[in-house]
This record gives sequence, C-alpha cells and structure tokens, in this order.
Amino acid sequence: MSADSEAVAVETAKLRRFEPRAISAVMSREVANFRTFWKGTTFSSVLEPTIYLLAFGLGLGSTLVGDVGSIPYVEFVGTGMVATAVIFSSALPAMFGTFVKHHFQRTYDAILATPVDTEELVTAEVLWIGLRSGFYGTFPLLVTIIFFGLDPKLGMLLVPIFCMVTAVGFAGFGVSVAAKAEKIDQFNYVTTLAITPLFLVAGTFFPIDQLPEGFQVVAQLNPLYQLVELVRGAAFGFQTVDILRFCGLVAFSTALWRLACVLMQRRLID
Amino acid sequence: MPAIELSNVVKRFGEITAVDGLTLDVPKGICLGLLGPNGAGKSTTMRLLTGQSIADSGKIKVLGLDLPKQSKQARARMGVVPQLDNLDVDVTVEDNLAVFARLYRAPDVPAAVNRSLEIARLTDRRKAKVMELSGGMRRRLLLARGLVHDPELVLLDEPTVGLDPQIRTQLWTLIDGLRSAGATILMSTHYIEEAERLADEVAVVNAGKVIARGKPGDLIREHAGTRTVEIYGPPHELDAHREQLELEGVSVRAAGPAIAVLDAEQAPRHLIPDHAVERAASLEDVFVKLTGEDAE
Ligand SMILES: Nc1ncnc2c1ncn2[C@@H]1O[C@H](COP(=O)(O)OP(=O)(O)OP(=O)(O)O)[C@@H](O)[C@H]1O
Ligand SMILES: [Mg+2]
Repeated sequence: MSADSEAVAVETAKLRRFEPRAISAVMSREVANFRTFWKGTTFSSVLEPTIYLLAFGLGLGSTLVGDVGSIPYVEFVGTGMVATAVIFSSALPAMFGTFVKHHFQRTYDAILATPVDTEELVTAEVLWIGLRSGFYGTFPLLVTIIFFGLDPKLGMLLVPIFCMVTAVGFAGFGVSVAAKAEKIDQFNYVTTLAITPLFLVAGTFFPIDQLPEGFQVVAQLNPLYQLVELVRGAAFGFQTVDILRFCGLVAFSTALWRLACVLMQRRLID
Repeated sequence: MPAIELSNVVKRFGEITAVDGLTLDVPKGICLGLLGPNGAGKSTTMRLLTGQSIADSGKIKVLGLDLPKQSKQARARMGVVPQLDNLDVDVTVEDNLAVFARLYRAPDVPAAVNRSLEIARLTDRRKAKVMELSGGMRRRLLLARGLVHDPELVLLDEPTVGLDPQIRTQLWTLIDGLRSAGATILMSTHYIEEAERLADEVAVVNAGKVIARGKPGDLIREHAGTRTVEIYGPPHELDAHREQLELEGVSVRAAGPAIAVLDAEQAPRHLIPDHAVERAASLEDVFVKLTGEDAE
C-alpha cells in the first residue's frame, strides 16, 4: 500500500457525521463549474436591476407614482429589488440545478459514492447558493446607489447577510421541490403558483400596507417581504421589530434546509 | 478477511426483487467479474456496496466495515467507476480530478491529481475541458477519477459498455495494471470476453442470485466440459438435431445461426454430423447454459 492510501486509512478513523471538509469539497465542485459561467451571471445581475429601475423607478416614479412615505420611488423599488434578485438567484437555480444534477448529469450518484452523505451534499448546495445570492443580491442596491442617487449607509453592510440567510431558505425550497418532482415541467406550476406570487407581494413595487388586510397577513408570512423590510431598514433606518424579522428569516431557512436534507435523502438513497 | 462479504442480501423495489438472497465474498487482491445479463442486479449490488441503496435484509461487509452503518468509512477506501459517464463536462480534466481528490479528503490534492493523470495517461490534456476529449479519454478520466485517492478496493460497473473495441482495449490495459498493482476489483460486466481477460474469478449472477462461482477454467470444466461442437444448417434440420440430442440428455443451446452442443465428448457420436465444428468449451457456453441468455 502506498503512503497516500495509508494517509487515507488514517483519515477514515476521523470520518463522522456532518464534516466541514465534505461540505467544502462539494462546494469546490460548484466553484469549478461556476468559473465557467460567472461572466454571464454577473452581467445579467447588473443589467437586470438597471433596466427595471429605469423602467419602473424612473418611468413610473416620474409620471404616475410619487414618493412612498418619504422615500423617492426609484429608491423604494431599488431596495425592494434586492428580494427579487435573491429569489431568482436561489429558488430557481436550486430547483433546476438539483433536478438536472440528479436526473441528467447523475452528479449526485458520483458524489454519494465518495465519503459524503446526503446531508453534507444538500448543505453544501444550499450554502453555495446562499453565498452566491448574498453577493448578487446586493447588486440592485449597488446599482441604486451608483446610478440612482441612493445614499450609502453603514447598515447596508448587513444586506449580504440578510440575502444569504433568505437565499439558503429558498434554495432549500428549490431542492425540496426538485426532490419531489418527477418531471421538469412540474416546475412551471411551482413558479406560477409559489414563486411569482411571493415575489409580487413582497412589497417591492408597492407598499404592502395599501393592500387589503388579508394580503397584509399573507405578506407578513412571506420571507421575501421580511427581507425587503430589512433591506429598507438598512437603507433608511432600522426599527426594533427588524430583529424579529431577522430571527424569522433564520427560522425559515433552518426549516427549509432540514426539509431539503430529509427529502433528498429519501430521493437519493433507495 | 475478504474485501467484500455479502450474505443473503435482498433488495426489493416494490414488486421487483432486484437482489434476491445474494451471497458472495471477494478475497483481497483479486479481480472478481460479476457476470450477468441485463437486469440481473449487478448495478444494484454495486449501489448496496456504497450505501446508496439499503438492503431489505442480509449482511454486507466492506473492508471489514459493517454496512450501511459504517459505509462512509468504507467509501473513503474504495473507488467507484459508474456505468454511465457523470463527469462535469464544462470543467477541465484536472479540476474534475481535484474535486474528487477533495471529496475523498486526499491529504495532498495536487499530488493525487498528478498521480491519477499519469495512470490515465492524460497529463498532457489536463487543461482541456472534458467536452473537448475523445470518448476514450473521457472513459479513462472516469476511471482515473475513481482512483484519485489510491483506493484498496475498486468497483467497476460495466466499465466498457457501449465502447468501440479500440477504447475497450485501452481500458482493459488500465484495469489490468490496477490489478497488478494489488487493488481488489469487483467488476460487473455482461461481456464474456471482458470477464475472461480480466477476472481471476467469475461469479455468474442471474435474477439477483449468484448461480455459479469460480475460476473461469474451473467453471468451464464444471458446467460445459472441455469441448463444444457447433452444428450449422437450415433451421428445421437444427431443430431435429436438437430434439434428438436432448432426448439423450445432452445440453444444447442456440448459438446464432447454429446450435452448440456442450460437453461434446459425452454426446453419442452418431448424433453429431460430420460437418459439425468442434472447439474448446468457453465461458460463454457456461453463461448461456446457466442464464439462458445470449451473451455478447
Ligand atoms: N431504483 C429502482 N427502482 C425500481 N427498480 C429498480 C431500481 N433499480 C433497479 N431496479 C430494477 O432492479 C433490477 C436489477 O437492476 P440492475 O440495474 O441492478 O441490473 P443490472 O444487472 O445492473 O443490469 P444492466 O446490465 O442492464 O445494467 C431491474 O429489474 C431493474 O429494473
Ligand atoms: Mg447495471
């Protein structure tokens, strides 16, 4: 036996449940793949909010809609769009990515043949998406600051963390959906029935408090709305209730991450 | 202690019993060929050995470790080469290997990558993306990926299925090298030639059970004698020959355009026509006799 495999044999004694090295190894696969397409992702992450802000913010803001409270409409939409960026860079890639990696590329078969468990695999996937969304989620905010005159604030440094926590939850949601799906077309229903409504009643384009009471209750349960409120807190001043919002997001993420682990375990190990 | 011990293992998928009381042990240092027709349960057995499938009953030990409880430790010490290519096609050769070196917790990732590049003779293509590789190179990379941590035990699931003969020969050379280097290999295949060339011992599986086990030469002697006779002719004549031979208790099977008479020395001479072709008995004769399936 060579020195290498002796080292491996020694290492195996240390293998336990939920190992950071297993998680970082799975993430390194994501990084290797991401390096092949990061330019496109970055390009659209800058361009999309810019286009939306030009159309909605300036278009609507200068014609039909005035300020919201004391906030200029373009800044209202710019801060709100952080949530849009987060859900579209977490739930959708998690859903499609997981399905494709499982059914078409059989990536998970390859990974689970190594000393990595489903729990570590799923954790790495949602964490990676969380990190990516934490980064790209800030782009609408940066665009609003750079091109549309929003004042930078120290509190905004917390925005990547808010984004990341929320994105982990939505990545968990996407992975869970993929674990249950038999065909990729089924994602259309999820997008139409869950993701679009969540994104529309997040308070991105119009304030929630103008909606009927029923909607307001629903909005309170929408993690994206809580994220929007936290981002606006960072830009225009936090309130005490924001601590509660953040705890809510952490609970949401933890729950969906665990759900994703359980459902994927059932899917991958038969 | 054998490298692999399976005893009375059963695995059901709903109505289907994919593995049906399979008992098999693989001693250290040999290449064991798991030879069986489509659907025999070869891939399921491989998945049971990596803990990706959980048996309904029976005992499984890999490298002395109890599965599924200690499957993570077992996986760290074995390499798996899947039946279907699951490389990351947009990523370079070396990055594919580096990711797996990390998944296997190799203490020195670059060294592990270099070593497996050399085994697969892909060092000069290390910077190429997988999709730029030829079919043969991709297969060699798939093999190298399973060897990146220098495993003691290697599971090869139909390593050359669907490949052209040239690529198949390349892979056989690599697998043979691996065996010479002392690794234990469990290789499933439904190619007789592959088993004959590479396997020290063969286990014939059918419908989820091992139905014969031994060195290829011993299996041939035991189940097919030493000589096989092939009789060619129009179908109705062959049917007549077959009927007569079987009445005498001789084992006969269809072999493409001919019928093959097993253990020909024992067959009554007068029933073998003069134009019949005699040859040495082969593993194929054994396979077809035992599984009733035409081999490739
Ligand atoms: N996940 C599964 N769900 C349901 N049935 C399955 C599953 N996996 C395998 N089977 C069934 O179990 C049986 C054995 O399959 P397996 O893939 O182990 O055979 P195999 O010997 O590898 O065949 P092949 O030579 O075609 O690869 C088959 O009937 C197959 O359809
Ligand atoms: Mg198979």
